[in-house]
Amino acid sequence: MSTRSVTVTVDGVRYTDDVEPRTLLAHYLRERLGKVGTVVGCDTSSCGACTVHLDGRSVKSCSVLAVQADGSDITTIEGLTTNGELHPMQRAFHDNHALQCGFCTPGMIMAAIDLLSNNPDPTEHDIREGIEGNLCRCTGYHNIVKAVQAAAGQQSESAPQAVAATGGVA
Amino acid sequence: MTIIEDSPTTEREFGRARKRKEDARLITGRTKWTDNIQLPGMLHLAMVRSPYASATISAIDTSEAKAASGVVGVWTGPELAGSETGLPCAWPITPDMKAPTHPSIAQGRVAFAGEIVAVVAARSAIDAIDAAEKVIVDYDDTTPVLDMEQALAEGSPLVHPELGTNKNATWIFDSGEAGTGDSADAAIAAARTDPDSIVVQRRYRQQRLIPAFMEPRSTVVDPTGEQITVWSATQVPHFVRIFMALVTGTPESKIRVIAPDVGGGFGGKLQFTPEEVITFLLARAIGKPVKYTESRSESMVSSHHGRDQIQQLTLSAKRDGTVTGLKVELLADMGAYLGLVSPGVPILGAFMFNSIYKFPAYRFECTNVFTNKTWTDAYRGAGRPEATFAIERLMDALASELGREPMELRQQNWITHEEFPFTTVCGLTYDSGNYEAATAKAMELFDYDGLRREQAERRERRDPIQLGIGISTFTEMCGLAPSRVLGSLNYVGGGWENAAIRMLPTGKVEVVTGTSPHGQGHETAWSQIVADRLGVAFEDVEVLHGDTQVSPRGLDSYGSRSLVVGGVAVSLAADKVIEKARVVAAHLLEASPDDLEFAAGNFTVRGTDQSTSLATIAFASFDAHNLPDGIEPGIDAEATFDPPNFSYPHGTHLCATEVDTETGVVTIRTYVCVDDIGTVLNPLIVEGQVHGGLAQGIAQALYEDGVYDDSGTLTAASLATYHIPSASDLPSFTTDRTVTPATSNHLGVKGVGEAGTIASTPAVVNSVVDALAPWGVDDIEMPMTPMRVWKMIQSAIPSSTTGGNA
Repeated sequence: MSTRSVTVTVDGVRYTDDVEPRTLLAHYLRERLGKVGTVVGCDTSSCGACTVHLDGRSVKSCSVLAVQADGSDITTIEGLTTNGELHPMQRAFHDNHALQCGFCTPGMIMAAIDLLSNNPDPTEHDIREGIEGNLCRCTGYHNIVKAVQAAAGQQSESAPQAVAATGGVA
Repeated sequence: MTIIEDSPTTEREFGRARKRKEDARLITGRTKWTDNIQLPGMLHLAMVRSPYASATISAIDTSEAKAASGVVGVWTGPELAGSETGLPCAWPITPDMKAPTHPSIAQGRVAFAGEIVAVVAARSAIDAIDAAEKVIVDYDDTTPVLDMEQALAEGSPLVHPELGTNKNATWIFDSGEAGTGDSADAAIAAARTDPDSIVVQRRYRQQRLIPAFMEPRSTVVDPTGEQITVWSATQVPHFVRIFMALVTGTPESKIRVIAPDVGGGFGGKLQFTPEEVITFLLARAIGKPVKYTESRSESMVSSHHGRDQIQQLTLSAKRDGTVTGLKVELLADMGAYLGLVSPGVPILGAFMFNSIYKFPAYRFECTNVFTNKTWTDAYRGAGRPEATFAIERLMDALASELGREPMELRQQNWITHEEFPFTTVCGLTYDSGNYEAATAKAMELFDYDGLRREQAERRERRDPIQLGIGISTFTEMCGLAPSRVLGSLNYVGGGWENAAIRMLPTGKVEVVTGTSPHGQGHETAWSQIVADRLGVAFEDVEVLHGDTQVSPRGLDSYGSRSLVVGGVAVSLAADKVIEKARVVAAHLLEASPDDLEFAAGNFTVRGTDQSTSLATIAFASFDAHNLPDGIEPGIDAEATFDPPNFSYPHGTHLCATEVDTETGVVTIRTYVCVDDIGTVLNPLIVEGQVHGGLAQGIAQALYEDGVYDDSGTLTAASLATYHIPSASDLPSFTTDRTVTPATSNHLGVKGVGEAGTIASTPAVVNSVVDALAPWGVDDIEMPMTPMRVWKMIQSAIPSSTTGGNA
């Protein structure tokens, strides 16, 4: 099968690879780059476990072809920390026990960061609607909602640049 | 990455809301899911699965697949026939139970859509998937058996013709025969002729559910060492090792099974699977590491399903509300084969239909039925949600028939707190509980009276949005164990749990547990137990699990057993460490062991300031330069716990729903639960377990349905069609607790993994039915979709144009 060259920057490192045009970004990240922190939970783009940031916006990496990401800057769960410091959303998930098995967590955190970048002061309803593309089977979402609320509260206290500095959002 | 917590304190760990150790890896993507594993020369498998529910295989042409790019080989049933015995059922509930052979790969015929008929091994997963599509299978399909009642009817086609029947087994418990109570048949017959009595009969449907853990199952087998190493996304690595040995004829000592990070289970990974066996057989045959990871669509059709019962219930009571008898007749759908504990799942509910109520007479009769569907097995609660649903719906039905307030009717019949320990009509002894206290707290948090007033108001003004209030006052039996009881029920395994504690010379502590967490937080919780017991820092405790070479003795995690059995074993092992250390400490302090006090990690000679630390003793036992005569080096210890009884969590769950009578849409407005799970080790983890349990129980009431079409195809075969709830489908919950410690273990713990799921489903259904009581609605089949609710309202309107008794 023919291949195409793609160049992407993932978690701050530039990669150039030949990929089959049909290769999904999720599989490229996991199998070629070893970015196995990003996981695949379904085959219908329903669960959101594979969510990453593509040029600052959250996408389900199972619904993007690797070739479509050519030239893009991608952040995965593995690239969220800066200088060993957790992203405020990661810390909020820990502080609020917003994860149990942790399989949905990478995607959930990436989606939640994007949610706050679009809506820094969401209501509970906004949060529930905003993360409905990410499924969790363990937590009943109760503590995930609390975590996102906590991260939003912290974000509004500590000025907008704190979010930009986390590299999530352009 | 480290998570810097609050500085260490001397605060007692037991009962402390410790944030989880596990999170540091899970929130940063530093995870080891089975599918992450890559090994040199590793090959990948893809399965060819039957699209037919019932068919014979007339031919399989693998030539094109074998020639495809990257393919190493293609195997079909006949080629693997001699290399395994078929999958086991570990719970033959009756001596005459009918059980089909259960090959990992179809041998000439298939009995459900999704059954494996061929397997491709290739250099990459995508090559394997491409080649699998090139395998040509000729099927002669036959009429599938899909309905349980039709399956038992004369002349029905047979799922397994060689069995001569679609009936797996019938299992009966009768309190009159067992001597634990009176005859339910007699009680019901007497009630029928007694003007002061009432008989309530109902038929309820427990729809089929799919566990739908978030991590699809995956297995990697590496045959290149002295032991064949199996990594698998399983709840039960110890089971997998034993059964892999038995099924493949491999010495158990040559198999190592590892459950690395496992992404949820909920009973769905309490299984020994065809995919595990096939991966093992092919790795061994090829001599290279082999991986199989299922797609979600495969997972939906091939991982076992849960529930799926038809419940015929008869309750007798005095007209003053006192219950006098209960008869339960079940049909339970096994699907096409028997998994590890399939036949026993409904039996786990057999002792719970009487629940918290003082029935003097009880009869339970369950017939397990084969159909051409995915096999069923444990799903969160396993038998107990079905029982709780039935009795809690029935108590509402009785209240409705008698015109009684449903909570008051329950209170009239439940075991009062003065009556514990209480031996039930099933012969179980509930050790502790206080239903009055949990109910009082729940009703206050819920504002029960206020909501009843609002309900009356809305009925009065014929609000199109009606308010319903649903009650579930539940109990369950969990903490599976005890081995003797499991044995008396013909379960082939035990129920004990093992733990070991290693006191490392550097002062760190390793805890080895036989439980196998997959989201429950054992690393945190077991650390808390040991930190308290040994007086060491929480951070200095490392919990090891899920690897049969590291934790050789264990019976894994399911049935809300991990803390109640495994955590207690950890605590007992810590006590043994202290007793071993005491002898060495006495020697070093030149005192009698009896004169030593142990507290906060130090041995002190009573009445003096002479003391030594456990860490010092650990090192002294390591260098062994100065040990008492006859004392072996090392103070490591091991303990195994097998409790004398199940544990019986209980609670009161209250659900308020708003039902849009114009559209049928149901919205949960308030959900309050007060659970009594005994002593609480970590309230943060407990609340998380309750939240997740509630979500799954509510999902059964409102959303999920493992539905098949007439040809036996699962139509809910993806996460796009099987509706597991999203955040926008659920409310926030109000959770609280009362505490009556369990008496069956010294920690006083009862288990919490399943409580939320067991309790919540009837609370939601009772609530919606209550909202529609003015329409004369007395049942709505689950899941209560807007369409079903709307249809119930529509069908009721002609006979109640006045809005019933609104």
